[in-house]
Amino acid sequence: MTVGQSENEHQQLVDEEHPAPAPPRRNGRRRRTGLEWLALAVTLVVGVIMGAPLLLVLLNAVKSPEDFSAHGPLGLPTGIYLDGIKTFWEAVDFPRKVWNSVLISGLVAVFGVLISVLNAYALGIGRVRGRMWVLVAFLLATIVPQEALLYPLYIMFKNIGLYDTIWSVVIVFVVIHGAFGTYLLASVFGAFPRELLEAAALDGANRRQILWRVVVPVCRPTLAVLAVFFFIWTWNEFLIPLSFLVSADNQTVQVGIATLQGERIMNVTTISASALLGVLPTLIFFLVFQRTLTRGLTAGAIK
Amino acid sequence: MRSESRKGYWLYLIPGALLLTVIIIVPLAWNVYLSFTRYRGIKPPTWIGLDNWKELFQDADFWASFQHSIAMVVAMVILPTAIGLFLASLLFDLVGRRFNGKIMGLLRAVYYLPQILPIAIAAIVVGWILRPEDGALNDLLKAFGLGGLQHNWLGSPDTALLSIAAVLVWIQIGYPVVVFMSALQRIDPQLYEAAELDGANWFQRFRAITLAGIRPEIFVVVLTCTVAALKVFGPVYALTRGGPGSSTIVPSYYSYTEFFTAQRVGYGATIATALTVVVLAVAIFFVRAQFRLADQEEQ
Repeated sequence: MTVGQSENEHQQLVDEEHPAPAPPRRNGRRRRTGLEWLALAVTLVVGVIMGAPLLLVLLNAVKSPEDFSAHGPLGLPTGIYLDGIKTFWEAVDFPRKVWNSVLISGLVAVFGVLISVLNAYALGIGRVRGRMWVLVAFLLATIVPQEALLYPLYIMFKNIGLYDTIWSVVIVFVVIHGAFGTYLLASVFGAFPRELLEAAALDGANRRQILWRVVVPVCRPTLAVLAVFFFIWTWNEFLIPLSFLVSADNQTVQVGIATLQGERIMNVTTISASALLGVLPTLIFFLVFQRTLTRGLTAGAIK
Repeated sequence: MRSESRKGYWLYLIPGALLLTVIIIVPLAWNVYLSFTRYRGIKPPTWIGLDNWKELFQDADFWASFQHSIAMVVAMVILPTAIGLFLASLLFDLVGRRFNGKIMGLLRAVYYLPQILPIAIAAIVVGWILRPEDGALNDLLKAFGLGGLQHNWLGSPDTALLSIAAVLVWIQIGYPVVVFMSALQRIDPQLYEAAELDGANWFQRFRAITLAGIRPEIFVVVLTCTVAALKVFGPVYALTRGGPGSSTIVPSYYSYTEFFTAQRVGYGATIATALTVVVLAVAIFFVRAQFRLADQEEQ
């Protein structure tokens, strides 16, 4: 089933509750008031404040060190200087780090959502007994300060040979982010229309079929948002990758940047270049998947 | 659904519960055990009973770190949720409907930018803005003739916490905005039309329709942000390392330094355990409230 179909289904369900036809488009029906222009101005100003730092990173990444010391971080670059980016690219073996980060974040996004769906099916739709306490147990994973897990996990991963492999980091974040997903999806699934489940059961669908053919397709927008969140969160994780990925070949972008910051070759330009390259992949990912965020975290939850 | 038909659903919990046990519950129990020991990471831990806990309750740094946590809750929960609600409904209700959906989508993406900026990188940028000699903020103050207000923002004890808090507000806002705006789409637009026809102004529509409609998401945002605020680590580590002195230490950073700098693993585990207990209590409080509300709505 495609996303489009599931949205149609969603639309139909909404229409059953609100049988009136769609309202006419209202743009331009009435003159915009001064207050509305003010609102637009406020949101634009906030946008500048939110976006300015990233712009600063971009500006400084293409400045030469002399340019930086002459005009400071806020001055416009006098020319395009790409040596900083080149130095950083080669010093950390950037493509390798990006690949590691993509692999880890991608695996966490997929398996994290999968685990969240399975858990939430039992909690939100199955409404198993004692589900509140099960949910609290899962919340533990998002609650525990990560420092508290480091020692025990280090010993465990060492013993089973996962230490210094990307799998150690993948497993930890599947559990931690999957726990958040469980919490969120359990409440979304809890509001899932019972009629739909009962209709599917009457048609002879068993539980597994109901999950994969009814619940998952209807909630796909929410699952997509979760996957995007998981990817970005994992990409930016720092403490656990730093602790478990010691050899340069296994490290993520963030760890690569941080270990380089202490080293000699890092002048201001190289630092800005590392900042730019560190954020660029998530930025691209975010812009590509931006639209899935609009479909909504709870678009699947039909009240 | 009938209770007998519920039983089989447990099967779906098995993979998740197994992973949770191995990766979280067992290490957590291990951590609680370590809080009753003296352990420096080399020789095996020795049992010392409640000594660590007694020390904890008399430790001024520990209490200071929890006070700073309250500032973090203001900076990461209260302000971003309030501002996020306001911005989300401005964007959705006014910018999106009155002006242009494209501007709305673009602004939402821009608001979310600080969220995807890794903290190590955000710290570099914040350094350019706040540093004492030629930071952008001090230059700006000077340009407006307010040179007297120039300050070593992150470097002096009186403003360091405030500066971190301001940075955290900036980082956090995008999260509630994105979540709330997606929630707003679920609300039937005809409700707004009808309210407008009835003469309800923007604020009345905001209270009666927006707030009521997206309550589940407000719960999710407040809970997840409170948990994040209580255990905040990265921004403190990247911006001030708890300093100057102990003016910006938070429990999570304090336990980290005990674990890895002071090598007092037992005491670090005690701080981490205390923090876990506090966060757990807050989370249970929220989840119970949420369940109660959901039950009320069903009736």
